[in-house]
Amino acid sequence: MKIAMTASAGDTLTHLQRLEAEAIHVMREVVAEAARPVMLYSIGKDSAVMLHLARKAFHPAPPPFPLLHVDTTWKFRDMYAMRETSAAAAGMELLVHRNPEAEARGINPFDHGALHTDMWKTEGLRQALDKFGFDAAFGGARRDEEKSRAKERIFSFRSANHRWDPKSQRPELWRLYNARKRPGESMRVFPLSNWTELDVWQYIRRENIAIVPLYFAAPRPVVERGGLLIMADDDRLPLNPGETPQIRTVRFRTLGCYPLTGAVESEATTLSAIIQEMLLTTTSERQGRAIDHDVSASMEKKKAEGYF
Amino acid sequence: MAHVSDLIASDIDAYLAAHESKSLLRFITCGSVDDGKSTLIGRLLYDSKMIFEDQLAALAADSKRHGTQGGDIDFALLVDGLAAEREQGITIDVAYRFFSTDRRKFIVADTPGHEQYTRNMVTGASTADLAVILVDARQGVLTQTRRHSYLVGLLGIRHVVLAVNKMDLVGYDRSAFDAIVADYRDFAARVGLAAVTAIPISGLKGDNIATASTAMDWYRGPTLLEHLESVEVGDALDAAPLRFPVQWVNRPNLDFRGYAGLIAAGRVAPGDRVRLLPSGREAAIARVVSFDGDLPCAVAGQSVTLTLDREVDVSRGDMIAAADAPAEVADQFETVIVWMADEPLLAGRPYWLKIGTKSVSASITEIKHQVNVNTLETQPAKTLGLNAIGTCNVQTDQPIAFDPYEANRDTGGFILVDRMTNATVGAGMIRFALRRAHNIHWQALDVNKAARAAMNGQRPAVLWFTGLSGAGKSTIANLVEKRLHALGRRTYTLDGDNVRHGLNRDLGFTDADRVENIRRVAEVAKLMVDAGLVVITSFISPFRAERALARDMLAAGEFIEVFVDTPLAEAERRDVKGLYRKARAGELANFTGIDSPYEPPEAPEIHIDTTRLTPVEAAEMIVDRLFEDFNEVAI
Repeated sequence: MKIAMTASAGDTLTHLQRLEAEAIHVMREVVAEAARPVMLYSIGKDSAVMLHLARKAFHPAPPPFPLLHVDTTWKFRDMYAMRETSAAAAGMELLVHRNPEAEARGINPFDHGALHTDMWKTEGLRQALDKFGFDAAFGGARRDEEKSRAKERIFSFRSANHRWDPKSQRPELWRLYNARKRPGESMRVFPLSNWTELDVWQYIRRENIAIVPLYFAAPRPVVERGGLLIMADDDRLPLNPGETPQIRTVRFRTLGCYPLTGAVESEATTLSAIIQEMLLTTTSERQGRAIDHDVSASMEKKKAEGYF
Repeated sequence: MAHVSDLIASDIDAYLAAHESKSLLRFITCGSVDDGKSTLIGRLLYDSKMIFEDQLAALAADSKRHGTQGGDIDFALLVDGLAAEREQGITIDVAYRFFSTDRRKFIVADTPGHEQYTRNMVTGASTADLAVILVDARQGVLTQTRRHSYLVGLLGIRHVVLAVNKMDLVGYDRSAFDAIVADYRDFAARVGLAAVTAIPISGLKGDNIATASTAMDWYRGPTLLEHLESVEVGDALDAAPLRFPVQWVNRPNLDFRGYAGLIAAGRVAPGDRVRLLPSGREAAIARVVSFDGDLPCAVAGQSVTLTLDREVDVSRGDMIAAADAPAEVADQFETVIVWMADEPLLAGRPYWLKIGTKSVSASITEIKHQVNVNTLETQPAKTLGLNAIGTCNVQTDQPIAFDPYEANRDTGGFILVDRMTNATVGAGMIRFALRRAHNIHWQALDVNKAARAAMNGQRPAVLWFTGLSGAGKSTIANLVEKRLHALGRRTYTLDGDNVRHGLNRDLGFTDADRVENIRRVAEVAKLMVDAGLVVITSFISPFRAERALARDMLAAGEFIEVFVDTPLAEAERRDVKGLYRKARAGELANFTGIDSPYEPPEAPEIHIDTTRLTPVEAAEMIVDRLFEDFNEVAI
């Protein structure tokens, strides 16, 4: 069912219509109140939904802000291809930032562990926001992803050094968002805060939104490491002695740096099949990411430091 | 995440088709610290099969480490998010949880039950359709229960569930339940809660959460989940007259001018007559534009873009309303304000007020009374502190379109933002307009400020001296006035001596009185500037907000802030009037710098360091700057 509806008294909107209207409202508030907004675009399914909503929010104008990809150089090749086509289709400027220090030092997920995320993503994001002077950045994070996110506001205030202080968040009442800030301070804004993973998939299906093919099952070369199936997306993946990639039919439930993202074995080649698999599965979405496994409070710590 | 629906496995497309038309219910849970809120929400997530295996494994591990259930699964840990809170064993903020059943998607606002967190509960309640009020069956209706119920009523939540929890600990006793329900109903009616559904539950054991309790066959009503799935909360906003606060003007090219926004009430279709507020002009809707093509109609809750049949001046903050039933427009209101900041609300201080998509400057003209949320008694108040709730009159600096809050949350609810810190400091609900805004036309005087200034041969301005007591403000101000007078300027000095003894003799030295003192001085200064004078004011004026207020009253360039910067130790050492000694001795209360704050200017036009300049040098520097930088030349 599209947003169009016939008139009859007592209509109530569906949950997807309400979530869509809320996200569009949030985006328009930011554009009306921020001096220099940007949309962080990570190329994943949540970003795809966010970008689609932005196109809806400002139609017939193109979204009046650029897309920013904070690149780590370690994304899947399919993601880089998708990045270019999506930005072009939306008629938006695409900015790509790579932390020059991480680039110079050759920071990678194999030799540098947590430093890889810290430098490419956390530090890279800060650099990019400072470099372009963005004062509001849309992110695709959802409150259902992780416990510390459940308490984050839709408009999340950050100090001039990008820190998030969970104790000094602004109360958000009704649909009233306070976007006022001083020079140097910024907001992270999460239009998908109230969406769940299921909502995102249902919306992709309803709206026919293009997503990276990696979400669909296909034969792919993988190696098994520490319980994760890692895809050999290019020849930079160092192989252990005796280790050779096996072709298995797999797909990805979340996308990040390919050496850090676990695939799942799956036969799901359609959106309906993906959703079916998700509804019948028994592990949560972030489980395929190496980043959170250390301690359950790790995401909160990362966020306080400026990670999205 | 196994939704118990065979359709998922057998016919996923049919399942998805059915699930796309699910509705959404937002509710809050409120209860006292130990009423078992987090356990209940954890149980709802668990029973609706929203917990994944890896989360369950983490939960089991966490239960051993932090749990309060002796190693058994502690559902509360599923929802207690932040690490710091987990260590304290309490939740401290508003958290949002999500679950869905085959019939509805739910968003739960989990709001803490401690006394000091009224703010959080009001925040969570502001978007809720329904409230679940938890009562411990052993404790019955407590002060906190009453407070939460009052807030639920205040925020206009029309559907309430009284969940009598921990029934397992009273032997599932019917009379215990009945007594609590009878006790509560009396109270609920007093705070305006009409529809209350009482359900006996055990969050820990799962009784009457998702499945009917086998231990309470005397209860024949729905389980909590059944009730949440089926309660009708459509609040007739679709049937109300159109309210469309304009969020953003979409103007991609000269041929398109659309007004983007979220419909706050009613429905809209091409051809509808609308009134544009606050201007009062009328137009008709031309198109309802969306990404998927023009719509024949759109309803409350949808984000759309409207075009009008004629060129009119509409901008962000205006409202497009039904022509035959437009919203009211006013600039003075009776409101209820919930204060959310450590710094108290001060009458007279200007705040930003945001209502719908409109932001205006506003001040509280009168705090009529404060409500004791425990007894519901009203008491007089001069300020509102953190978590206080009061009935206040509010004045905005321009007329705004609104509906009473009870008619529409989105057009009757507002937030107050501190102009200095940008923090959201209060939330308010408009009850009614005190008087309708007339189109007040100031009589266009031929003899105006420019004419008077020309007659005086000078450019009028305010030299606003600020600094600690004993900093040297009056000494320097006096020298500046003498110098300007000698140069043929028409001047007047406002200081404590000629204001405190007359115009402001009713004011003391509390923060609230200091704010009012400065507000009056600023108003008088503004009139004198209008009269064409160079006004010199010499007041401690310790708060940035009031100095900003004075600045805002004047035209650009007319307000010249002079910071007479003397360190506290130096001012205290000089102690010309012996006031510091008295303040230190406790004989003077609210003395700036001692037990009342001074907020130094962040960017004064003129900064005088009295440790480096004598008063004569300072006065000369000020007059020089006036002529050089501020263009104070004969017209």
